Amino acid sequence: MSSTLTPNPSPSGRGEQSEWPLWEVFVRSKAGLDHKHCGSLHATDPTMAIQLARDVYTRRQEGTSIWVVRSDQIVASDPGEKAMYFDPMEDKIYRHPTFYELPKSVDHI
Amino acid sequence: MYTQAMDTGPKEERKAVRSVEEAELERRFDTRIDAGEFIEAKDWMPEHYRKTLVRQISQHAHSEIVGMLPEGNWISRAPTLKRKAILLAKVQDEAGHGLYLYAAAETLGTSRDQMLDALHTGKAKYSSIFNYPSLTWADMGVIGWLVDGAAIMNQVPLTRCSYAPYARAMVRVCREESFHQRQGFEALLTMMTKGTEAQRAMVQDAVNRWWWPSLMMFGPPDSESTHSEQSMRWGIKRIGNDELRQKFVDAAAEQAKVLGVSLPDPELKWNEARQHHDFGAIDWSEFWRVVGGDGPCNRERLAARVKAWEEGAWVREAALAHARKAVLKESAA
Repeated sequence: MSSTLTPNPSPSGRGEQSEWPLWEVFVRSKAGLDHKHCGSLHATDPTMAIQLARDVYTRRQEGTSIWVVRSDQIVASDPGEKAMYFDPMEDKIYRHPTFYELPKSVDHI
Repeated sequence: MYTQAMDTGPKEERKAVRSVEEAELERRFDTRIDAGEFIEAKDWMPEHYRKTLVRQISQHAHSEIVGMLPEGNWISRAPTLKRKAILLAKVQDEAGHGLYLYAAAETLGTSRDQMLDALHTGKAKYSSIFNYPSLTWADMGVIGWLVDGAAIMNQVPLTRCSYAPYARAMVRVCREESFHQRQGFEALLTMMTKGTEAQRAMVQDAVNRWWWPSLMMFGPPDSESTHSEQSMRWGIKRIGNDELRQKFVDAAAEQAKVLGVSLPDPELKWNEARQHHDFGAIDWSEFWRVVGGDGPCNRERLAARVKAWEEGAWVREAALAHARKAVLKESAA
């Protein structure tokens, strides 16, 4: 899940943390498709994270490839600035092909 | 598996005094809910919404994990290798469902350790159904048919829950849950059609024991449910307890005929006018007793979880120590 901005205990960092660090899991369902975020899990190191991701997220052949990344290593846009960040594209309708009216005979282009 | 415990937590008073800014944020939040929008982890949300979700999702997760115990009980005693492989896969699924749900709850800012601590100290509830014992092999089939069947009825509307990480976890859970119910029904059907007289009697006995606790999985009647109204308002819950329970009874009554078993309710009959089955009164005093900690297996279940957690401590610590050492080695090299 997208808990990407929450600070997480790190194995090399804060010494007294007992909870395993959080990892985000991305799975490619078949060759030719993108890796897609599918959830998260706790693991102590990259090898364990990959193994657990296989067991937790691909029990029914849902994947052909897995990426894992420490959740605290993900940089995300600020949800509080969503409007400021993304709304300027709202009025640029000329960036879409449907903005242009063409004669019927060439409208398939 | 599903927890009805969202309806059984203590009633919390909503904070009456709010700042102007907070009231405005809440108004915008309500507008988004009304528009059918999904709420993501980092979006602003009322504290009460967050708390309600943490309680519901974590208790749902606990139910998946505790729910492994009654079935785990039969893995080593499954009648054939095929049934053993099926049961292993199902119990592994329940572990997976627990993990999806813990991860969803963690996005709300509560740690896995906090949630487990609440379970182990008895502060958090899990579904009352798992406090009943699994006495015979037929219980494995009946748990799949009735308990998972009731869980599916409950869970499908949760795939449209307003809190997106929960909804996404539920999509995954529901996709896998259908196998659970089908394997249970098929196991029962095999015993009923190809089994001995003793095996058919065993199936009927299991149905008799699990029927009423399965109906209780939908939680108390809407009129007595402490959290239902607010959860409906926030799109956490989409369909009321009574409606879901009725839907389940209607489906199960027909399925029982296919199996050739009777359901232990003399008042169960089709009502032509309502186009639904009427059914007898549920013993809610039993439900509250089991939720309150006094079911047949409450102590045993919790003790098993605490034991597993405590005996696994050295593994968790060793794995962490190993990872730290590897990092040190790498930085020294």
